[in-house]
Amino acid sequence: MHLLEGEKVSKHFGGLAAVADVDFYVDQGEILGLIGPNGAGKTTLFNLISASLKPKPGKISFKGIDITPKPAYKICRMGIARTFQTVKIFPHVPVLRNVMVGALFGTGRFITSSEATKKAEEALEFVDLTPVKNALAGDLTLAQQKRLELARALASSPELLLLDELMAGLTAVEVSEAMGDVKQIRDKGVTVIMIEHLMQAIMSISDRIVVLDYGKKIAEGTPQEIAANPKVIEVYLGEECDADS
Amino acid sequence: MNNTTSIQTAGFSRSRIISLAILAVIFIVLALLPVLMPASYWITRLSEYMRYSILAIAWVLFSGPTGYMSLATAAFYGLGFYMAAILNGPLPFVVVIVLSGFAAFLVAAAIGGLTLRLRGVYFCIFTFAVVLLLNQVVLEVERIVTHTRGRFVNQESVHVAYWAMLIVFALTIGVVMYIRRSRYGLALQSIGEMEEAAAHSGINIVRTKVLIFATSAVFMGMAGAIMATRRSYIDPGIAFDMQTSFLPVLMAMFGGMGNLVGPVLGAVGFTALSDKLVVSFPDLFMLIFGVFLIVAILFMPNGIIGVVMQFWRWVRGRISKRAAVPTEKGGRGASA
Repeated sequence: MHLLEGEKVSKHFGGLAAVADVDFYVDQGEILGLIGPNGAGKTTLFNLISASLKPKPGKISFKGIDITPKPAYKICRMGIARTFQTVKIFPHVPVLRNVMVGALFGTGRFITSSEATKKAEEALEFVDLTPVKNALAGDLTLAQQKRLELARALASSPELLLLDELMAGLTAVEVSEAMGDVKQIRDKGVTVIMIEHLMQAIMSISDRIVVLDYGKKIAEGTPQEIAANPKVIEVYLGEECDADS
Repeated sequence: MNNTTSIQTAGFSRSRIISLAILAVIFIVLALLPVLMPASYWITRLSEYMRYSILAIAWVLFSGPTGYMSLATAAFYGLGFYMAAILNGPLPFVVVIVLSGFAAFLVAAAIGGLTLRLRGVYFCIFTFAVVLLLNQVVLEVERIVTHTRGRFVNQESVHVAYWAMLIVFALTIGVVMYIRRSRYGLALQSIGEMEEAAAHSGINIVRTKVLIFATSAVFMGMAGAIMATRRSYIDPGIAFDMQTSFLPVLMAMFGGMGNLVGPVLGAVGFTALSDKLVVSFPDLFMLIFGVFLIVAILFMPNGIIGVVMQFWRWVRGRISKRAAVPTEKGGRGASA
């Protein structure tokens, strides 16, 4: 049984198929990369998994349980945490309390506030935000806010983590740090699905990659297979043609 | 700076103990006031201040962090009026107050369940309509079923009403302070700041909003039940007066919504000001009051509290500047 499995997942906005008949799965302990050109439906797929949107038609199951009809907060409590492409933090709340939200509400069982504080502090330590834990979240830099989102997601003790362009807009040094973080998260036993535009990052870190284009899955495989796949090359670089024509 | 913030996050800090002690002293003085000065003028005034403080604080509990502007205050307050009119006498006053709070909770939960999916101005308009609706429903029910227009209320003495109001006031402050510091307060605040992220962090958004909205209505209903016993006669127009919805909003804005002192300051300041103006300028009252409001909204975006804080920061800045000049070198070394 796969940890997460989607069957014929679709989502239409009016006449536009944002995601069309996509089958996908991810296994325990994997890092699954999700790539594709802009507008390919990657974020929509994340929204479908985390129940921001409901697939129609289609079915998504997590640990064998059909999670399609469940609301977002229940999905988080079942163990699927996510970050957002455009950061969504609580700007007027201190950094530590931002992360405590995940610890207090995201695990699906009652924990005391001192436990939650401890958990939040651990998560902040992991993303190196301990020095600014009392600052207001809105005062952080964009890179820090992205790490804050990651900490909030981690504080909810997820089994599956959805990372939506964690590395976009980061400097080269920050990217390599973020890659290190993701590997460490996986080594703790958390399964990761990540959307990323930075090819070098996603190719080096993913165990498996799914490529979307215009809402359809056009390729799936190891990074080596994907790099050699003519369909993927076509989507990214354009069709091969003679210089004369 | 770092020091003060770490104190705030500690469970039971010195500043919190001090503020609790100040609160306790204030309440003891207020509780003894009818014994010390039985002259009922101040007792009546203070009842009035507390009534509006309760409404403003209860309103801020929900609408402050979420930014959902509720105008349903008069509905729950008026409900308390009718509970008192029907039940006070047959039942003891205390029971009536508790039942009013309970009834307000249930009605608010029902209204919240229906409307809290609406956002922004739609929610605001709907809550406004709820007051009008209740007004009409009660009017028609009384006309058709009981063949009356208004009701007589079994009165309580000035002092009993005052003490009851004081207890509800203390209860309101206690509960609201607790909620704001608790995980539910954090949940509500995160909903207000970024609803989507709150949902994906495991917060049951609808339940949190409905529960806290309903809790805020408890105090409104209780205040209504108490105030009703100071009148001999009520009718739907009196009970469901829209002023009761608008005034707490204005008071909270006037005082500032960042903490609980703001709404109380706003309620007291507002009530005192309007009393003063009514007496001194009975004809120009509304005009002057309106000018005051406009000036307040234009120049005090964070209310009285905002102005006070700004002033305090300015004073502190001057003091620390003066102190920092001779020891600048040492100061830098310490902070590095």
